[in-house]
Amino acid sequence: MFPPSFEYSAPGSLSEAMALLGDLGDEGRVLAGGQSLIPMMKLRLAQPAHLVDINGLKELSYVRREDGHLAIGALARHAEIVKSPLVGEVSKSMAAAAPWIADPLVRNRGTLCGSVAHCDPEGDWNSVMLAVGASVVAASSSGERVIPIADFVVDFFTNSLRPGEMVKEVRVPVPAGASGGSYDKLERKIGDYATVGVATHLELDRGGRISQAGIGLTSVHNHNLKATAAEQILVGQGPSDGLFAEAAEAAAQACQPSSDVRGPADYKRAVVREYTKRGLAKALAGARGEK
Amino acid sequence: MTMEIQVTVNGTAYTKDVEPRVLLVDFIRSSLGLTGTHIGCDTTSCGACTVLLDGQPVKSCTMFAVQANAASLGTVEGLKQNGALHPIQEAFKEHHGLQCGFCTPGMMLVGSALIAENPHPTDDEVRWAISGNLCRCTGYMNIVSAIQAAGAAGEGN
Repeated sequence: MFPPSFEYSAPGSLSEAMALLGDLGDEGRVLAGGQSLIPMMKLRLAQPAHLVDINGLKELSYVRREDGHLAIGALARHAEIVKSPLVGEVSKSMAAAAPWIADPLVRNRGTLCGSVAHCDPEGDWNSVMLAVGASVVAASSSGERVIPIADFVVDFFTNSLRPGEMVKEVRVPVPAGASGGSYDKLERKIGDYATVGVATHLELDRGGRISQAGIGLTSVHNHNLKATAAEQILVGQGPSDGLFAEAAEAAAQACQPSSDVRGPADYKRAVVREYTKRGLAKALAGARGEK
Repeated sequence: MTMEIQVTVNGTAYTKDVEPRVLLVDFIRSSLGLTGTHIGCDTTSCGACTVLLDGQPVKSCTMFAVQANAASLGTVEGLKQNGALHPIQEAFKEHHGLQCGFCTPGMMLVGSALIAENPHPTDDEVRWAISGNLCRCTGYMNIVSAIQAAGAAGEGN
């Protein structure tokens, strides 16, 4: 399969890339790992006029801890996220999700920032990012802005980038206190999209009450879904099985899965309910240092 | 419109003109004539097109040839050294790690990259490493055995 013809540029610096993207506007598309974009181009679901390949910009290849957050650069590949010890220190949800992204060969090439930008509702990373309250650094020739992930994920394959902008970095906040998290993915085989995926994140205050709660859902809505009502049930409460069951029910009610080859909608909703309950229990155990 | 790229494949440097939309796997097969790299699913699922990109296994159906400019690639044809089979090739032969052979180049390249890092992988580690490569003939038991045997043999050299 061949994609339609396109122009190709491989800029040698970030400023050159920004200038090019600014000139190209809607015609330009960033090529990072290409593990979603290239298949879509081959299927002619995407037909960008001009690809701006950033694989030469090694300064964007980083996972590092900065002031109050973990910074993941636009060229940090999934395989590097899997290996980085910093990831597990900051977010157990991220560390749980990383090995389940696609397959090992795709992880050698694909990037976290690219996956976030792609906004495929069946992508895993945005559920994790919604759960942990990440933000996206959008860069253009006129500067940078920081977009909370909930405002970045707009709809089906739609983000809130403006023409000429690219995702330069994703930031994951370092939790203030004890924290735990999970990502549970039901998939038919490695490399398939999630039938259902559930990310959780919990932070506890000194008294052991839940100070922060995040739940993100994969493959059960037009976009990765932040289960806001479920989160609100949890915050300020002392954790218990009953409370987690109540939050899990709210998450199950919030999602709108469709019936497809991976299963009927009712089944997927039931999996959301169960995985949310299990995920919250794992997050609690992690926050208490039990695992 | 074509672009000139320089790429090293199995230690040999090539300079070629390619259209940007040409996939790396098609470049390797058609422009370089190295047909040991196979096209299976052509949708990033099966791993038959696996090549080593600067030592790391990747799916060459999901990369453009122009992106390999200045890179070093390894294909199945490069496993053999000085006329002698690579330990992974010996082991696949010895342990019946193939049936039709279609997935074999990818399996051997992933296996060679794994044992280069970890000469004594467990069953689970091998299965995890080859989880992006599909065999539709014979199952994975002999492939796992072959990769483990190659790791052990290679270390003895």
